[in-house]
Amino acid sequence: MSVTQPRTLDDLPHGGFGVEPSAGGGGAKKRRSTESISTWRWGDRIAYGMCWVAGISLCVIAAAIVGYMAVRGLQYLKPSLLWQHPSGEVDQSKSGGFLDPILGTVLLTVIGIGLATPIAVGTAVWVVEYGRPSWLARAVESGIEVVAGTPDIVLAIFGLALFQNGLFGWMSFTAEGGAVFGRSFMTAGAMMSLIALPMVYGATREGLQSIPRHMREASYGLGKTRIATIRRVLLPAVRPNISTGAALGMGRIAGDTAIVVILLGASLRLENEGSIPGLNVLKGTGSTLTSYVYNNSPAGEGNAAEKAYAAAFVLLLIVVGLNFAVDLIARRGAKTGLEGTRLGGR
Amino acid sequence: MFERLRQPWSDQRAERMLGALACAVLVTIALMVLFVFKEAWPTLQHNGLVKWIGPGGNVDEQIGRMVNGDEDYHLRAWPLVWATLLTTGLAIALGTIFAVLAAIFIVEFAPDRVRAVLVPVVRLLAAVPSVIYGLIGILVLVPFVGNHIVTPGNKKSVEFVVQITGASLLVAVVILTVMIVPIMVAIIVDALYAVPRGWKEGAVALGVNRWRAMWTVSVRAARPAIIAAAVLASARALGEAIMLSMVSGSVGFAPNPFDGPLFFLEPLRPLASTIVEDAESLQAPAVRSSVYAFALLLLFSSLLLSIAGFLAKQPMKKYGARI
Repeated sequence: MSVTQPRTLDDLPHGGFGVEPSAGGGGAKKRRSTESISTWRWGDRIAYGMCWVAGISLCVIAAAIVGYMAVRGLQYLKPSLLWQHPSGEVDQSKSGGFLDPILGTVLLTVIGIGLATPIAVGTAVWVVEYGRPSWLARAVESGIEVVAGTPDIVLAIFGLALFQNGLFGWMSFTAEGGAVFGRSFMTAGAMMSLIALPMVYGATREGLQSIPRHMREASYGLGKTRIATIRRVLLPAVRPNISTGAALGMGRIAGDTAIVVILLGASLRLENEGSIPGLNVLKGTGSTLTSYVYNNSPAGEGNAAEKAYAAAFVLLLIVVGLNFAVDLIARRGAKTGLEGTRLGGR
Repeated sequence: MFERLRQPWSDQRAERMLGALACAVLVTIALMVLFVFKEAWPTLQHNGLVKWIGPGGNVDEQIGRMVNGDEDYHLRAWPLVWATLLTTGLAIALGTIFAVLAAIFIVEFAPDRVRAVLVPVVRLLAAVPSVIYGLIGILVLVPFVGNHIVTPGNKKSVEFVVQITGASLLVAVVILTVMIVPIMVAIIVDALYAVPRGWKEGAVALGVNRWRAMWTVSVRAARPAIIAAAVLASARALGEAIMLSMVSGSVGFAPNPFDGPLFFLEPLRPLASTIVEDAESLQAPAVRSSVYAFALLLLFSSLLLSIAGFLAKQPMKKYGARI
């Protein structure tokens, strides 16, 4: 769609309707949108009003959510909460802050996106650039859609069944009798990567498809192989798309609760497992901001609304920040501004 | 040995490697179906393949018996299934109306300045994590409904069956609607933009007003996308676990539509929330199997919805809408 093309009927040079015969000259455009309504039938006027109500109420709801979270969050958020370790005290003055959940969120997001990005980019490249046999490419594409449509709770419970196998014992705590616990940063991160996968894949695929053919042909003409073209020409060109998808995926991972509650072991602090530095954190259990909020809400065991509000505010800042980082990475090519939301249709 | 890896890949090798990576996705899905089915098998075996979905008895008591370690697989999960159907169905019905109106507003009626605000707002609503929706629900809406809408008479009339506290179908549906509307708006807006401009101009040239042109031409042409949006959003609503477990009252109770207005104030617990809440007692084999049976049902439904969404989207492809 070219830029000059008017997007609504309002932008048409001679807006086809609603122009009063007498309203000529420069003021016509302005008057058109206000005066034309009075000639409409009542049913149409009501429908028009309902459109306004729907649009404005979306704004009001968003403002209410963000405003309320900001007021409560700033009210209860003390800087000390950000660097104190949590502890399981009933007395809320002693139960500490949420340093560990913040670290957990960061760690889990990094693991998840680190796994998802290479797989998603590789898959997208294969589907768009090779895609033979074509039935397999179509199957892979629908497979990604299926993954995107699978509820996160099902992914979580599948992860539990998968990683409690003896085969994956190295990924988590193993009890005396050989029973595998199945819950750790590694297992949760692996399942989180499935959440981010469709978003990175979708963004990369769109990017690859929008690269004109002659760029590839120019590269082949210079004697480059297919894979060299992909590495030197196509991937650099779609880098903004990959970053967009990755940022959206990170927002999705940071905001997910079900997988954390089931697969991260729900220990308040980061509990290390094993003796190899680095790996012991990955094998250990922990919590994230989402599970911290869940457990401190009246639905969980903690029941400390103030802590939950404060942590939820931090979480909201992270997730919204990631989502709007998308704008900074790649504004070009956005048609409606809602592409990311559509990719997030899970 | 690493020398070979560092050399530029040959085309054939790259194709095979990337193809294998792509197929890993398919393998994952196959593993998912396989593992969940394997774990769910004992429950299916004891209760019949479909019969466990049906009504009969108190599902909370049945699960309670399983938690206590009895090897009793008897399960009739109708209240949970009914709760899932109710929350999803009502939220989709409300959300579709809301999303269509909002999408028409964004595409056609919104002044540029309002549109510039509305688009980020929709993205924001889609980005807010479900646990935050749940927190607002349980700390703001549930007490509000409990204190101002539920009357003592309401509570008394059903006190021997179920406790009415404000955590209810009403709150669950309202929040779920807010959560799914952004997804639907995004899809419908895309489709409305994709309707050929000439069609709408033709309608306008014949003398109908802007609303009529929008409603009778654009919205009608975008109907497949509206259906696709509803289908994809219902996949999301179906799997929503955390928010619903926070605001729905967590009682395995099937709200009865014949209770009049009280219907909306009755608590419930959908399948997905049940999985979250029973995840702690997975070491009891009967609970484990039941939980995986719930997951299997959700997985199966979301697979069906994915297929339905794919089919619903096909007619839109001819206008070049990328949905």
